[in-house]
Amino acid sequence: MGELGAFMKLNRAETPERPPAERVHDHREFVTTLPLVQLREQGARCMECGVPFCHSGCPLGNLIPDWNDLVYRDRFREALDQLHRTNNFPEFTGRLCPAPCEAACVLEIDEGNAVTIKQIELSIVNRAWEEGWIVPQPPAERSGRTVAVVGSGPAGLACAQQLNRAGHLVTVFERDEAGGGLLRFGVPDFKIEKQVVERRLQQLCAEGVELRLGVEVGIDVDANELAAEYDAVVLATGSRVPRDLPVPGRELGGVHFAMEYLYGQNRVVAGTLAVPPVTAAGKHVIVIGGGDTGADCVASAHREQAASVTQIELLGEPPPSRPDDLTPWPLWPMKLRTSYALKEGGERSFAISTTELSGLFGRVEQIHWCRNTGVPPFDPVAGTEEAHPAQLVLLAMGFVGPETRVLDQLGVERNPRGSIEAAAFATSVPGVFAAGDARRGQSLIVWAIDEGRRCARAVDTWLAGDGAHAAAPAAATAR
Amino acid sequence: MTDRPTRTLYDPAFEHDACGVAFVARLSGEPTHETVERALRAVANLEHRGAQGADPDTGDGAGILVQIPDAFFRAQLGPRLPAAGAYAVGTCFLPDDAERRARVEALVEDAVAAEAQELIGWRDVPVDLRFAGTTAAALVPCIRHVIVGSTCADQDAFERKLYVIRRLAEKAAGDELVVPSLSSRTLVYKGMLTAPQLAGFFPDLTDPRLESALALIHSRFSTNTFPSWALAHPYRLIAHNGEINTLRGNVNWMRARESQLATELFGDDLEKVLPVIVEGGSDTATFDNVLELLVLAGRSLPHALMMMIPEAYEGRDDLSPELKGFYAFHQCLMEAWDGPAAISFTDGRVIGATLDRNGLRPGRWYETADGWVVLASETGVLEEAPANVVRKGRLQPGKLFLVDLAEHRIVPDAEVKRRVATQQPYAAWVESETVRLADLPEAPAPDAPAEPLRRRQLLFGYAQEDMKVMLAPLALNAEEAVGSMGNDTPLAVLSRRKPLLYSYFKQMFAQVTNPPIDSIREAVVMSVKASVGSERNLLDETPEHARQLVIDNPILRDSELEQLRHVRHDVFKSHTVDTTWPVEEGVDGLSVALDRICLHADLALAAGTNILILSDRDAGPARVPVPSLLATAAVHNHLVREGTRLQTGIVVESGEPRSVHSIATLIGYGAAAVNPYLMLETLAELVELGWLPDLTAEQAQARAVKGIAKGLLKTMSKMGISTIPSYCGAQIFEAVGLSEELVERHFTHTPSRIGGIGLRELAEGALARHARAYPGSPDELLPVIGLYAWRREGEHHQWNPETISLLQHAVRNRRPETFEEYSRTVNADSARRSTLRGLMRFRFPENGGIPLDEVEPASEIVKRFSTGAMSLGSISREAHETLAIAMNRIGGRSNTGEGGEDPVRYAPDENGDSRRSAIKQVASGRFGVNAYYLANADELQIKMAQGAKPGEGGQLPGHKVDRYIASVRLTTPGVGLISPPPHHDIYSIEDLKQLIYDLRCGNPDARVSVKLVAEVGVGTVAAGVAKAGADHVLISGHEGGTGASPVSSILHAGIPWELGLAETQQTLVLNDLRSRIWVQTDGQLKTGRDVVVAALLGADEMGFATAPLIATGCVMMRACHLNTCPVGIATQDPELRKRFAGKPEHVVEFFFFVAEEARQIMARLGVARFEDLVGRVDLLDGDDAIAEWRERGVDLSRLLARAEAPPDAPLRRTRAQAPSLGDALDWKLVDKARTAIADGTPVQAELAIANTNRTVGGILSNAVTRAHGAAGLPPGTIRFTLRGSAGQSFGAWLAPGIELTLVGDANDYVGKGLSGGVLALRPPEDAGFRAEENVIAGNTILYGATAGRAFFRGVAGERFAVRNSGASAVVEGVGDHGCEYMTGGVTVVLGRTGRNFAAGMSGGVAYVLDEDGTFAQRCNHELVGLEPVGEDDAEAVRALVEEHERRTGSPVAARVLAGWDAALGLFVKVMPHDYKRALGLHLDHPVSTGGDGFYITESESTEAAA
Repeated sequence: MGELGAFMKLNRAETPERPPAERVHDHREFVTTLPLVQLREQGARCMECGVPFCHSGCPLGNLIPDWNDLVYRDRFREALDQLHRTNNFPEFTGRLCPAPCEAACVLEIDEGNAVTIKQIELSIVNRAWEEGWIVPQPPAERSGRTVAVVGSGPAGLACAQQLNRAGHLVTVFERDEAGGGLLRFGVPDFKIEKQVVERRLQQLCAEGVELRLGVEVGIDVDANELAAEYDAVVLATGSRVPRDLPVPGRELGGVHFAMEYLYGQNRVVAGTLAVPPVTAAGKHVIVIGGGDTGADCVASAHREQAASVTQIELLGEPPPSRPDDLTPWPLWPMKLRTSYALKEGGERSFAISTTELSGLFGRVEQIHWCRNTGVPPFDPVAGTEEAHPAQLVLLAMGFVGPETRVLDQLGVERNPRGSIEAAAFATSVPGVFAAGDARRGQSLIVWAIDEGRRCARAVDTWLAGDGAHAAAPAAATAR
Repeated sequence: MTDRPTRTLYDPAFEHDACGVAFVARLSGEPTHETVERALRAVANLEHRGAQGADPDTGDGAGILVQIPDAFFRAQLGPRLPAAGAYAVGTCFLPDDAERRARVEALVEDAVAAEAQELIGWRDVPVDLRFAGTTAAALVPCIRHVIVGSTCADQDAFERKLYVIRRLAEKAAGDELVVPSLSSRTLVYKGMLTAPQLAGFFPDLTDPRLESALALIHSRFSTNTFPSWALAHPYRLIAHNGEINTLRGNVNWMRARESQLATELFGDDLEKVLPVIVEGGSDTATFDNVLELLVLAGRSLPHALMMMIPEAYEGRDDLSPELKGFYAFHQCLMEAWDGPAAISFTDGRVIGATLDRNGLRPGRWYETADGWVVLASETGVLEEAPANVVRKGRLQPGKLFLVDLAEHRIVPDAEVKRRVATQQPYAAWVESETVRLADLPEAPAPDAPAEPLRRRQLLFGYAQEDMKVMLAPLALNAEEAVGSMGNDTPLAVLSRRKPLLYSYFKQMFAQVTNPPIDSIREAVVMSVKASVGSERNLLDETPEHARQLVIDNPILRDSELEQLRHVRHDVFKSHTVDTTWPVEEGVDGLSVALDRICLHADLALAAGTNILILSDRDAGPARVPVPSLLATAAVHNHLVREGTRLQTGIVVESGEPRSVHSIATLIGYGAAAVNPYLMLETLAELVELGWLPDLTAEQAQARAVKGIAKGLLKTMSKMGISTIPSYCGAQIFEAVGLSEELVERHFTHTPSRIGGIGLRELAEGALARHARAYPGSPDELLPVIGLYAWRREGEHHQWNPETISLLQHAVRNRRPETFEEYSRTVNADSARRSTLRGLMRFRFPENGGIPLDEVEPASEIVKRFSTGAMSLGSISREAHETLAIAMNRIGGRSNTGEGGEDPVRYAPDENGDSRRSAIKQVASGRFGVNAYYLANADELQIKMAQGAKPGEGGQLPGHKVDRYIASVRLTTPGVGLISPPPHHDIYSIEDLKQLIYDLRCGNPDARVSVKLVAEVGVGTVAAGVAKAGADHVLISGHEGGTGASPVSSILHAGIPWELGLAETQQTLVLNDLRSRIWVQTDGQLKTGRDVVVAALLGADEMGFATAPLIATGCVMMRACHLNTCPVGIATQDPELRKRFAGKPEHVVEFFFFVAEEARQIMARLGVARFEDLVGRVDLLDGDDAIAEWRERGVDLSRLLARAEAPPDAPLRRTRAQAPSLGDALDWKLVDKARTAIADGTPVQAELAIANTNRTVGGILSNAVTRAHGAAGLPPGTIRFTLRGSAGQSFGAWLAPGIELTLVGDANDYVGKGLSGGVLALRPPEDAGFRAEENVIAGNTILYGATAGRAFFRGVAGERFAVRNSGASAVVEGVGDHGCEYMTGGVTVVLGRTGRNFAAGMSGGVAYVLDEDGTFAQRCNHELVGLEPVGEDDAEAVRALVEEHERRTGSPVAARVLAGWDAALGLFVKVMPHDYKRALGLHLDHPVSTGGDGFYITESESTEAAA
């Protein structure tokens, strides 16, 4: 249970980062981890609560107190086992998860003092890869059942790995040239180096998962054929239709969805593309949307040496600390956070409503906005109209739902928000399941992995059907 | 136990009684009527110990046993009567109806004829119904004497025949006939009477011709008023004051013994008397049944008693080898009948009394110059001229007090025992025949298991938590892990986790009617020694009887089990029975397996096996283990039924047990020893994995075994049981959630009241675990079960992240809609998977109820709420005061807990808030309890048990006792505080009555409450509480409890409040006691729905602890015992306390939300006033919408049954208890002290006192305290001298400025809670005995005294100065356990002490005059060091001895003072280590010499807190 009372003696140590001035010149990861001694001290701060709100706050239900304690005791090998129990890819979440666990940590009642859970998670899994502890775990027996997973994002991969370990033969279909989905092409290398994704994919393959890259279901393969060929199909295609900005001038050149920009950037960094289709180099860049994708755009633009970067957000500026009346502990606090990207430079404004984009020769040159009230329905504040130079406008306002082609081919029902209707992961079409953002709508990577795992359990149970195969594979995915 | 089906939860099997008892004997042996007269007078003076039911004239029972008054019968029956001794008189209770009576009489006559004795005739026993109460008179049997003439050669043979006749007649007549006595030596008159009614009701007793040389008399206090004439004492040989805790086991073992009983004395007649024990009898009746057999079969009465109630003999060097040999030998014949028992006995020739090993009942005797010996529960029952008294004494633990009328003298204990112990060479027999396990040759090591450890762990349901939470700490600390904040997980039967069978069994524990034992500080009476082998004929004694294999510890290591398995010996033969079944047989295989196991056991026994090993070692891929508890209980009860149980000991070899509770259940259901092999292997694994640094596997296993043995002792001691043989097979558990069929067959006689699962579900559970293990990969991780801490995939917890945060958000932001969401979530959860109340639904009327605004307002309902008893110390000052302020704002009640209260809180704050707790708790530690504390209460609550750990005590380590806490608890900073498991002034229901009386004196305006914890039989105890005069009873559920406690107690002791409350309501209504007492319940109450369910089940009021704590910020860290509470609640750390963010508003908000929810339900129920909800169980029903529990066989019908009572019987409190203080002597004292109290004018007076004057000084102290606060009056302002024998609690709560001098002697509890006054006790000037050699005061003197001084010229009884925290005392000798749990103050003993002096003594100093240099061996050295008296102390001691001489005229003091320098060298200073350290830390804190109590001021306390 950590060290008795350590939380009173030791302060939280934030995750170390490379200095912004240095890191903007490369694409290597900017987050590092604490030296072992300090890390164990941070593990010691965990109090092993009777009701661990962190464990509840974590969508995956990570056994956080258990592995915090194991890190404190320098028992990394066992910590890895506990970590893998609930999380197939801790190296993804340890890098990319916003850590609702820390917001819910009991020490966070005293705001700003949560146990550094995310960092501990990352250290465990980094150490494990270094030590060679993470090896393929092929199933002992094969069930003879086959499953097709469409999409190789975190949901699809988690689902594939769980089902494969339960003994089923799994094939993952990915339309891009490499696996990982947004992990590979949406998130920049300086947040997650692609080798990190690649080695996991290799583990999956070595365990017996077949990865079919560059095959787009719905185009290259008809979805119904897939459904006929496999005993079960899992749709993990994500929520990839971006939210658009219906203002005059939207059609101008230089106005792009964030993913168009980030995909290109990632391919250039990966060396598969020489010239990015969209570039920020030397431009005045406006990023519309204050979320993580927006931040990734800002940071990428820095690395391209944009002339200026401005991030604008529709919502008003949140309070600097947790508003107890709105989002009390242990809820995720709606408070002001400054992204890593803005630490590297750039401006941001809150409560901004974009009114128009204007330009010359079909290319955007200016953005026109006004301030709004900051709260729905975001009424404009008179007399605040302004215009700013804008040579690249990136729309990072989130996603509205899954792409529809495959869904239409299969005829799966959708909910009013456009996501696949699959309350218990099974869609309206027998044998077709859905997981991840495609089912729950745009969300965090931890949810994606959790969806993948739980969907795997649903598929496994469905495949077992009348008890065709014994409880063992079900047990394997029960964790 | 009764066989009649019980529709409600009330079961007469759980009745208890306790009593006043006395005997009078004439040493000359000459029968006189005066003996009878004296006895009747004596018991009339014990009447305050008895009780009355709802009908005040009907007593619980009184009776008298005398010698056959020959002259009396001769006068009546004339010459046809044979010579004395050649005829017998039998008292018979016969049917009133003439026809039925004739039939029964014919059966008696037939039996007489069948045994070839001569029927002389019948005599109507005259009775006068005017002397019986209404209820008693309505049920009075026809009482007749049958006179039988002897045809036998001698009187002993005649007695045996009479026994046979009685048993034959009883068996033939069944319930129609009760024979209180049938003997040629003794005669019993008894009935459902009060003691004073006895003589009037039986005119025989006042007939001067009714002569006897001895008379044994008894007045009964039963916990309820279920009418019975038969249950009055005395029985044929004994009268009993106390309770046999091990009864179920004793009965089972006796039944098992019957098949091999044989004695020449009875010959073929023996079969006619079987069964020996009459089913349905009380514990006393049962004891009497067996004693009678032993005596008639040829053992002397002392011998038989020494067998049945052996004293603690192990490890004692003050007992002779012969005597120790006697006990060791007889332990092979019979387990002890364990419990607090004072047994008075007589066979008409000798008369005496004995106390069990714990010595927990009072008994005082004296001998006069003119040849009378009188013994009674109290001193002073008969007036005696002081000059005529030659000796006085008290019953002592384990000692026999025996008067032999033939020898005309009191025979000393040592002499009797020597006589008995040397009848045969018992010690030599044991020496030559008993084998110790350790002496057996080493056996070959077992084969290494074929299956990987991990799979076997999965097979037996191991979880990650077993390793981390249970086993690792067990091995590290040699002690079971500790947790806190109660248990909010589902009952086993409602859990989806398929818990192991052990979890369905709830440990029972002692409360009120018998005390638990402190197994740590009173280890001298405890033993884990067990034995296996076969027992022989109980009625014989031969060397072969000693052929038992003795095992020092019932938890066997693998090597020890192999020694047993491979035993090669001409006596011992072992056989291993496989307790697994083939997996392919599936669910049905379990039942087949059980049959096979029992059959194999039979065959093994037939082949001469006497060590039966039940083993699941064969479990593996193909075989499933039978739950070990099921296998054990099945074999045990099967062999009991077969009558072969005594031929073998049962040893369990199983992978399943791994906790204190699992092993306790195995032993409780018949295992003599357990080899938990997988637990041991797992410990080795933990060592290998580096989880137990610095331990070898051997060491880890040894520590775990030690820790479990310690836990076992604790579990046994909860029920007041001291030894493994007494616990073995005693089945002291309640099954919750098992089907009737399963229980009846395999757990026979275990109470089980809500039905539940059967073999099928148990098999499913075992198969599910098997499937988890096979197939699977060997390194698969163990599952996480989330039992001790919440885990998402684990066991459900009612307090979980969702409910906690919803509640906090609701009260902080005042959002009713958020509270509704909280409540919905909790109630839905409750229904789905947690609680019994969740399975119920309201029966809403079809008319839709009434409009909400017709329902009484929430502000009225909240007045019924109180917060739980959490002490300052367990929670922070901030949290404690927040709760108090909140409850005072809403008119509810907060509770001090057992930690006292800072007097600054008695005055209101400037803003009008009050931090004063309305309820002042009085717990076993009596911390902070003094006259001022009592005077500032609205309610005084006696805590008999607490939900988290009923039957256990507590401990606050010295480092947590800071200056503030010490000041509030009136103890010394830095000195650890121990709360004993029992209240040392409550060993029985009549003691509770006394404490209630004491508290009434301490504050006549406060209501008195008794807190009980739900278990089977709690309703009967509650009835006793009502009859003892309490105003209020709290039934606490097992789930609640915020305190730290061993994990097995949190999870496995006690039952849900729904069961306890319903049983209480049913029992109180049935006995027409409900109307005079408030009933409260608590235990995980969270919502308005919970409150309404509680009301409908019978609660007037409700208590909440966890929920209000959560409202103030508690997040269920469950680290309360670690002082690291991060929200500043359960911590004393000043930094953490700063984090406390709770506000009274939050708590107020919570209670109003709850009340509003309750109102809405009331509106739908159509009940406008809350009081009209109480007891309306007809408005509740089982919820059929929830299928799951029905599928598991749960049946709520008994829980939801209405009491069997008239329809208009009150269901709630409607009237006050009858006033009890009216005749108190104190009113006279208060009257005489009127001016002293008003203006401090000194007053002196002299008055007479008698043992019926109880708690003298209590009301007076209250009057002084009210007028003058804690400081009282200047020393010596009020001085009273009292002459005579004082009743119990003389000088209780005595306030500063009052001095009482008693010339005479006193009973128990002198100076209880002494609060600054001065007491002096001395014998009369003309006493005919030397004071220093005789008893002047009884047991438990100065219990919880906080200040003042007391002087005793003479010897005091057991537990002198127990838990004294500030008083100074001088005494001339004490009994066992002197200065136990003392935390402050000074005790000077100018004489000899008993054993176990200074046990649990953490503070204060004792000075013992050790003239013969033997004191050290009677002292418990665990917490104290012995030192010479230094110069500093010499002055203080001398001052006390001088004062002793001045106040009592003690010649001992005079002698000591005369030779002071020499005497100084003989004094041993008993110095607690803790205290010494603390004094070193607080040099400014002098040793208290008994000044007035002090309080720390607000400014000081703030500083202390900072």
